[in-house]
Amino acid sequence: MSTIKLTVNGKAVSADLEDRTLLVHLLRDHLGLTGTHVGCDTSQCGACVVHIDGRAVKSCTTLVGQANGTNVTTIEGISRGDELHPMQAAFRDNHGLQCGYCTPGMIMTAIDIVHRHGDELDEATVRQELEGNICRCTGYHNIVKSVLDAAGRMKMAAAAE
Amino acid sequence: MGIEGIGARVTRKEDKRFITGKGRYTDDVRLHGMTYASFVRSPHAHAKIKKIDVTAANNMPGVVDVLTGQQLVDDKIGNLICGWMIHSKDGSPMKMGAWPAMAPEVVRFVGQAVAVVIAETRNQARDAAEAVDVTYEELPAAADISAAIAPGAPQLHPEAPGNVIFDWTIGDEAATNDAFAKAANIVAMDITNNRLAPNAMEPRAAVAEYDTAEEHFTLYTTSQNPHVARLVLSAFYNIAPEHKLRVIAPDVGGGFGSKIFIYPEEMVALWASKRVERPVKWTSDRTEAFLTDAHGRDHLTKAEMAFDKDNKIIGLRVKTYANLGAYMSLFSSSVPTYLYATLLSGQYNIPNIYAEVISVYTNTTPVDAYRGAGRPEASFVMERLMETAARQLKVDPAELRRKNFITSFPHQTPVIMAYDTGDFNASLDAALKAIDYAGFPARKENAKKEGKLRGIGFSCYIEACGIAPSKAVGSLGAGVGLWESAEVRVNPVGTVEILTGSHSHGQGHETTFAQVAADRLGIPLNQVSIVHGDTDKVQFGMGTYGSRSGAVGMSAIVKAMEKIEAKAKKIVAHQLEASENDIVIENGEFKVTGTDKSIAFPMVALAAYTAHNIPEGMEPGLKETAFYDPTNFTFPAGAYICEVEVDPGTGKTEFVNFVAADDFGRLINPMIVEGQVHGGLAQGIGQALLEHAVYDKSGQLMTASFMDYAMPRAEDLPSFKVSHTTTLCPGNPLGIKGCGEAGAIGSSAAVINAITNAIGNNRLEMPASPDRVWHAIHQQQAAE
Ligand code: FES
Ligand code: FES
Repeated sequence: MSTIKLTVNGKAVSADLEDRTLLVHLLRDHLGLTGTHVGCDTSQCGACVVHIDGRAVKSCTTLVGQANGTNVTTIEGISRGDELHPMQAAFRDNHGLQCGYCTPGMIMTAIDIVHRHGDELDEATVRQELEGNICRCTGYHNIVKSVLDAAGRMKMAAAAE
Repeated sequence: MGIEGIGARVTRKEDKRFITGKGRYTDDVRLHGMTYASFVRSPHAHAKIKKIDVTAANNMPGVVDVLTGQQLVDDKIGNLICGWMIHSKDGSPMKMGAWPAMAPEVVRFVGQAVAVVIAETRNQARDAAEAVDVTYEELPAAADISAAIAPGAPQLHPEAPGNVIFDWTIGDEAATNDAFAKAANIVAMDITNNRLAPNAMEPRAAVAEYDTAEEHFTLYTTSQNPHVARLVLSAFYNIAPEHKLRVIAPDVGGGFGSKIFIYPEEMVALWASKRVERPVKWTSDRTEAFLTDAHGRDHLTKAEMAFDKDNKIIGLRVKTYANLGAYMSLFSSSVPTYLYATLLSGQYNIPNIYAEVISVYTNTTPVDAYRGAGRPEASFVMERLMETAARQLKVDPAELRRKNFITSFPHQTPVIMAYDTGDFNASLDAALKAIDYAGFPARKENAKKEGKLRGIGFSCYIEACGIAPSKAVGSLGAGVGLWESAEVRVNPVGTVEILTGSHSHGQGHETTFAQVAADRLGIPLNQVSIVHGDTDKVQFGMGTYGSRSGAVGMSAIVKAMEKIEAKAKKIVAHQLEASENDIVIENGEFKVTGTDKSIAFPMVALAAYTAHNIPEGMEPGLKETAFYDPTNFTFPAGAYICEVEVDPGTGKTEFVNFVAADDFGRLINPMIVEGQVHGGLAQGIGQALLEHAVYDKSGQLMTASFMDYAMPRAEDLPSFKVSHTTTLCPGNPLGIKGCGEAGAIGSSAAVINAITNAIGNNRLEMPASPDRVWHAIHQQQAAE
């Protein structure tokens, strides 16, 4: 057992947890943040992606101890009140989701992709960078469109600030 | 149409909760006092259980109970059933071995449950499951079709000698043999349809709760058809009477067929929740999913096609061995028979067809419907044959198909199906144009200069969707009727709730179903909501699979809407002192034609509920129900063309272009339809290039994780060019055919035809991995 202290979506969290507890289970089972999903047990599918200190990480292979003292953002923490994050809006507008199960992880990965590549993104880069996320529903066609669309929207949003 | 009505590309109503992380899937459900279940699973493909020692497990921290298969038997919980009766050609019924939810005596596939641990936490349950000590006596295993039918093969079930479940035929054998005797040319080939794991991204899960006072169960589960789950759990498994069991399938993260069936884990969770008197949750991990979700495909086929001297098809002979795994799953027997062989006429005029299907037991995970169910297997056989025939007969593959297309409708095939309508030339033309077929030879030449092998492959598929009508499926052996239900509830303020027996697990019903109602009433989409997936809310329904939600589910809604409109018109006619026949609905108003008199829809709704001024003798309220049973299947069809480039040095295939031209009848929301096609294409292409569930000889699944099973990723796939041609389905009020499976049905053959065209070697099995393609290239070069 260890005491873990971290910030999740801007709120301080402290919990006594078994050392083997994974970050995804802290989020889902202890904090009730069920937007982060589990789709595999081998860190292949990306349904569990969250941001730790601003970088996309698979929470299913992160021990809570590794996240101690960090800033974690989940899918529940990226929109501002009723205003969707541009990536969320782009997924909706481009029909980038069907069952929605892979979607939170896709969106969190995609935001990180745009942060790292800025407007140099093209279709091939997006496809390559989505390597760690599996979607069984969409055939990726509209996910790729969503990410490219969001890259433009995020740039505009940043410029407006 | 209104801007949000039929035909509009409106964004989905359900998306907000999914993109904000507010979806509610089964594993998100947390109940007070909830415990966790972890199953003890067989490591052997075939073994006798000598002893199960639970003492150590029972003493582990947090363990509430450990339950075994024998206790299930003692509590008289029934065995799993197969709901579609097939008879062999000698008239005998299929030979079904018993499938207990946890094995008390013999295990027949790796991953079969033998016991379950219930504990306070997920990890405690897993730890204790490891500590359950099972003594097995290993038996020889048959891990594939050839091993199962070999003389002296290990026997799985005493009920099925030789491991043969049924030996079934369709069509006219003598007439077909005659046609072959007269043929100018015969094209023959062996075709394997490889085994797949469906892999919905959301793993299966169940949360069961038992109320001791009411003797009532609630089950949250990842199901495509919660009502059928309740029916089967009640009527066959002896879990609870139907009115004492509520099944809720909340947000479901993809199904693709794998979530149609009732699985052991759902039954055990329910049963265990009563035994421990606490809610029980089970969530599959991915390896469990690979081992226990019903697999798809797995056929070995010998196919022959006979042509006359003008290259017209005069006969088709098919013999298929279908692997059904270790037990017969809920719909498994219908897949290689009535969902497969009845589609063996394809888009072609074939006067004589004879097909034989032999289903066998093997020591592998049960096989059942997976996206397309039988129809992808049929389409693959037909389109590989057609392409091979074109090469053998030295004619253009598009022309050979065109020459044999069915062009007049309705068309009765020799294998039951009566195609209602279609225009196969139109879809082929659209696809040829989209891919620039005329320019292909030049592109091939250019590729050659760069050291690449370029190929083009066709696939013209047809499928039978909207699985129905009840009478027809009943006569073919189905254990249920296949209609759909809808209830339309207009509230006093004019908002509308529609309760449907269909179930959405990604298809966007909350949007498309609402579009239909909004269109008819002329009201905004946000005034309509769709209720589904809960047996306490919706009285009954058959769920979603076989692309039946549009053609059957929406038709039920239309029928209920018609009743609503008829009653509303009566009220309006009464209030405006007009004739009912003169009332029309326009932009949310009920108008008397030729006058300026009208009443807005919300006021009509209110009038129905205040009931101050409605026709004499009319019941108050505005709520109607309909059960809709169609008169025929629907027949979506289309043409897919794939252009690839193969690197002869590595065997790696790259897509240059993939075009799809489909005829789905009327489209309610083209954006959603295209999304369905993209997803289906990815699954069909995934099968052609990457996916394969592989067993070793001893029956161990070698591909039991995403590290070993190659799921298509974004980089493996191209962007698709999809388009539509339209002939309206005459069999339902909206003219819908269905779109969910098309991509998966038509695409595999197009890909394999393109690669074999590129490399000049026609012998290539799925998945066409770089290694296989490389070997095929070199084999061909050695032969030349
Ligand atoms: S759940 Fe984390 S990668 Fe699959
Ligand atoms: S939307 Fe269903 S898995 Fe991606």
